[in-house]
Amino acid sequence: MEAQKNRMIITVLGNDQIGIIAWIANRLAEFNVNILDISQTILQEFFTMIMIVDLSPSKTAAANLGKILAEEGKQRGLQVNIQHEDVFAYMHRI
Amino acid sequence: MKITFAPDEILQTIEMVVNEHLDIRTITMGISLLDCVDSIQRMEQKIYDKISRKAERLVAVGSTLESRYGIPIINKRVAVTPVGMIASHLKPAETVRIAKVLDRAAANIGINFIGGFSALVQKGCTTGDLNLIDHIAEALAETEYVCSSVNIGSTKAGINMDAVLKMGQVILEAAQRTADRDGIAAAKLVVFCNAPEDNPFMAGAFHGVGEPECVINVGVSGPGVVASVVKKHPQADFGELANLIKRTVFKITRMGELIGRAASAELAVPFGIVDLSLAPTPAIGDSVADILESMGLERCGTHGTTAALALLNDAVKKGGAMASSHVGGLSGAFIPVSEDAGMVRAVEDGALTLDKLEAMTCVCSVGLDMIALPGDVSAETLAAIIADEAAIGMINKKTTAVRLIPAIGKKAGDRVEFGGLLGGAPVMRLHPFSSAAFVRRGGRIPAPITGLTN
Repeated sequence: MEAQKNRMIITVLGNDQIGIIAWIANRLAEFNVNILDISQTILQEFFTMIMIVDLSPSKTAAANLGKILAEEGKQRGLQVNIQHEDVFAYMHRI
Repeated sequence: MKITFAPDEILQTIEMVVNEHLDIRTITMGISLLDCVDSIQRMEQKIYDKISRKAERLVAVGSTLESRYGIPIINKRVAVTPVGMIASHLKPAETVRIAKVLDRAAANIGINFIGGFSALVQKGCTTGDLNLIDHIAEALAETEYVCSSVNIGSTKAGINMDAVLKMGQVILEAAQRTADRDGIAAAKLVVFCNAPEDNPFMAGAFHGVGEPECVINVGVSGPGVVASVVKKHPQADFGELANLIKRTVFKITRMGELIGRAASAELAVPFGIVDLSLAPTPAIGDSVADILESMGLERCGTHGTTAALALLNDAVKKGGAMASSHVGGLSGAFIPVSEDAGMVRAVEDGALTLDKLEAMTCVCSVGLDMIALPGDVSAETLAAIIADEAAIGMINKKTTAVRLIPAIGKKAGDRVEFGGLLGGAPVMRLHPFSSAAFVRRGGRIPAPITGLTN
């Protein structure tokens, strides 16, 4: 576990619509969060966007950012999760 | 920086948390109180100060980790040195003051429960143990966060039947003192055989004698995740089924390992163990009974249930053991009644009886847990139930426990409600025949030949 690295994985799930990436990229820029990679697919009939971001340049805590994105996402019918990458490394890699 | 995880891996994790109730049930900090022994007033101050100092940031760190990893952490708890060990010099009634100071310290740091109002009396009681046991009912009735446990037997020592009878009386008194709240005090009291010293789960957590000054133990939970994978594979044969469960539990346990290590680093306290128990909650879909029924049983408790539970419990251990550097505590599937909506339904439908539950405890962790009994139950009958369960633990070299709640003023078929994680349950039927002459014989049941391992 490397707590000093602050890479988080943001996932956005829901019905496809115009402006999802624009919205989330803008919000992340406002919070000074650097996007490292984006992938987008339609999985199980759902729009699925997975984004890896670096929170270290930002002054915003993950909890705060997660709350804002989850609330704004909900208004658009999207489910937004933000989790530290270690969760996936621990669960899916030995 | 490329995304190195497949989308379906990421989605699987999110599915587990969002839809299948994967959570970290508890981060429990163990704190030694051995250095707090003093005259009662100074002892109260020392205990309060030490718990407040050591666990000051426990709740805040829990919340930070929750948002960093996106995994709910349901409870933050503290376990302390068994109070019976540090109470021998106190006047009998002063042990209640220790319970009250534990309660105040728990309220001060904002935790959910504090465990360790406990005694280890498998071979006999010290003055402190006796004082404590005599005041458990009063202490639990007059505190909110305090949990109590008493270890009355072990494979090495046998079963202390004097203590067993006493605990029958204590359970009854605890329920009577809180009869207006459906006997809630009895829900915070566990009677153990072979109690583990590093168990993070309540009500049985205490900070054992072999433990360091301060330690972090983590309990994971995920019956919903396991039930979901079992449901998705109705055709799998038993070998395949066990493998699916192992793989799933591996993933669940990794979350416990991650949170435990992170909490340990943040709090600068050594990491003890991950307890890989499957701990249900009253929420629909977070049920161990549901897993057993998903394996093909019409109702939990019917013929085949013990075999299904044995498979589940073993696969949980095998999957979890590789996922964590240190596994400990109770580590197995829990089968409480009131805390598991599927178990409650099975009892209501007449599929699950006390006798079947007892059989099930032979193959899983932990014992007869959160079971409401008719209010007119005698202390001797409660003691006999404890003795049966302790005998299973003693002979099979495993932990067994009893957490029974006499529902004062109620009879078999009525309902009790405890609320929150404790849930609610129908009152279960008992055998009408007396065990009084048996449990009143007194003395100890000798340690079994299986205990002579040297």
